[in-house]
Amino acid sequence: MRSIAIIAGGVFRDSIRDRIGYGLVFFSIMLMASSFLLAQLTAGQDVKIIKDLGLAAASGIGLFIATFFGIGLVTKEVERRSIYSVLSKPVTRTQFVIGKYLGLVLTLLINLSIMVAAFYAVLWYLDLTTVSSAKTAWEAPAMDPQMLKAFALIGVELMLITATAIFFSTFSSPFLSVALTFAVYVVGHFGEDLKNLNSIVKSMVLPFVAKGVYYVMPNLSALDVKSAVVHGLPVSGTSMLLATGSCLLYIATLLVGSVLIFSRRDLK
Amino acid sequence: MGTKPVKHSGFLWVALVVLLVSATGSQVVLEGKLQRPALLPGVQWVQSPGLMRRVAVGFNAIWADIYWIRAVQYYGDTKLSVDGKKNYDQLYPLLDITTSLDPYFSIAYRFGSILLSEGYPNGPGQADQAITLLEKGIRETPNRWQYYHDAGFVKYWWTRDAQAAADWFLKGAKLPGAPNWLEPLAATVLAEHGEREASRELWVQLAATAEHDWIRKAAERGLKQLDAEAHIEILEGLAQKFYDTYGRFPNGWGDLTGIKWLRRIPVDPAGQFYVLDPVTGTVNVSPRSPLYPLRSRTR
Repeated sequence: MRSIAIIAGGVFRDSIRDRIGYGLVFFSIMLMASSFLLAQLTAGQDVKIIKDLGLAAASGIGLFIATFFGIGLVTKEVERRSIYSVLSKPVTRTQFVIGKYLGLVLTLLINLSIMVAAFYAVLWYLDLTTVSSAKTAWEAPAMDPQMLKAFALIGVELMLITATAIFFSTFSSPFLSVALTFAVYVVGHFGEDLKNLNSIVKSMVLPFVAKGVYYVMPNLSALDVKSAVVHGLPVSGTSMLLATGSCLLYIATLLVGSVLIFSRRDLK
Repeated sequence: MGTKPVKHSGFLWVALVVLLVSATGSQVVLEGKLQRPALLPGVQWVQSPGLMRRVAVGFNAIWADIYWIRAVQYYGDTKLSVDGKKNYDQLYPLLDITTSLDPYFSIAYRFGSILLSEGYPNGPGQADQAITLLEKGIRETPNRWQYYHDAGFVKYWWTRDAQAAADWFLKGAKLPGAPNWLEPLAATVLAEHGEREASRELWVQLAATAEHDWIRKAAERGLKQLDAEAHIEILEGLAQKFYDTYGRFPNGWGDLTGIKWLRRIPVDPAGQFYVLDPVTGTVNVSPRSPLYPLRSRTR
């Protein structure tokens, strides 16, 4: 357990030193702040646009960090051959993979928390500068705590993407790992289309295969409640728990898979 | 040997400033001298709402915002263009994609239907598309009485179908949370000789229930247009009286102010002079007026 914590701490320290991570979070915060300008271009809906942009920025930047940093966790160590010095210590490959994963998840969650704080600061300013008569048109209050549900599920999604990135990076090249991770993200959001493919195509086999893919792949659209919270629609705790539970199972599966593949890998 | 930091002389700093000033200067020189390519008409690469919804993977709401901004900008650009043949063809596809990406985008249905039904040249004058858009909103959120109200409004104001308008109002009145004035509104639009009163009532209610300033301003403009129509009725009556007295229509407002039938040259509620046609004796708002064109004059 201590070895895992040390490796996770190392990943976290590396990510703090890494200026790209800072840059991305800063970019996301600037995007949220600039949403004020974007909202001026349209007929009202300023609060909706600010919320949409904030949630999309947090999700998109998080996806980028989870994918690219997640892939680098194992491959960089192998390429630099620094893995030999790590594994020469009393650290198993299982501890190495789990530690790396937890370190990046910790970084992502802290980044996400910073983005949440910036997001609410922007909305607080909007709330402060908007006359109360205009607020009656809002579907949900600017500082609606319901939006934390969307951020929580973005966090779960990023945890899953990180696990996916690590899984692919244990056996394929960095480029292919990026492509495969993005493919999982896209397919994960196509759940309903895959399930109902039989209503679009005439083939007998394709819908069967698609349905199989639908059940094997994680359903990421279940984690997407961004639109619902922005419109002030209810998001049930049960559906959140079910979606999170399902994702945790996928994360566990991917990590076990990563450990199995990485343990059998010849690093010479 | 290149591993230690080097302190550059002041020369490089001066060079940096000079180069920056020169580069900025070159931009000023270039400005206006470059041949600008002709503006191409806007092209909407993705026409299918279904395809756009799939392409957006997880970022549907932000794409809906982008398409809504595009729709509003497209409408505004087209309306303000000096082109004699204003083309609003892309407005409905843009609104269709917006509402497919975010099916709960209330303002896109409500304000979109106002934009679509607005008479040419201020809008495409596509009342049927406005109804289609509102019907789509009703399919997504069946309990929003506002969509029924807006559909009734479009039917009454733009297609002059009082029966269809009343049907929409009655359907909306049955929904939970619908205001108590919606059902009487159906009776008002069906009442004979009550057209202007009904129209006024519709605009007043639209302004009162507007969720946004833009809709409220559109309603206020509608009310001013009704006032202008009432003025025009009186002014045309005066022109006809002039004809009966002098055997010709007045050449201008001066003829009427000269004989004290009018105290001053009449202006519409937006502050622009009314236009009098000396041949037919008809009166209209000026094409420069924000109230132009009046619905009664475009029939």
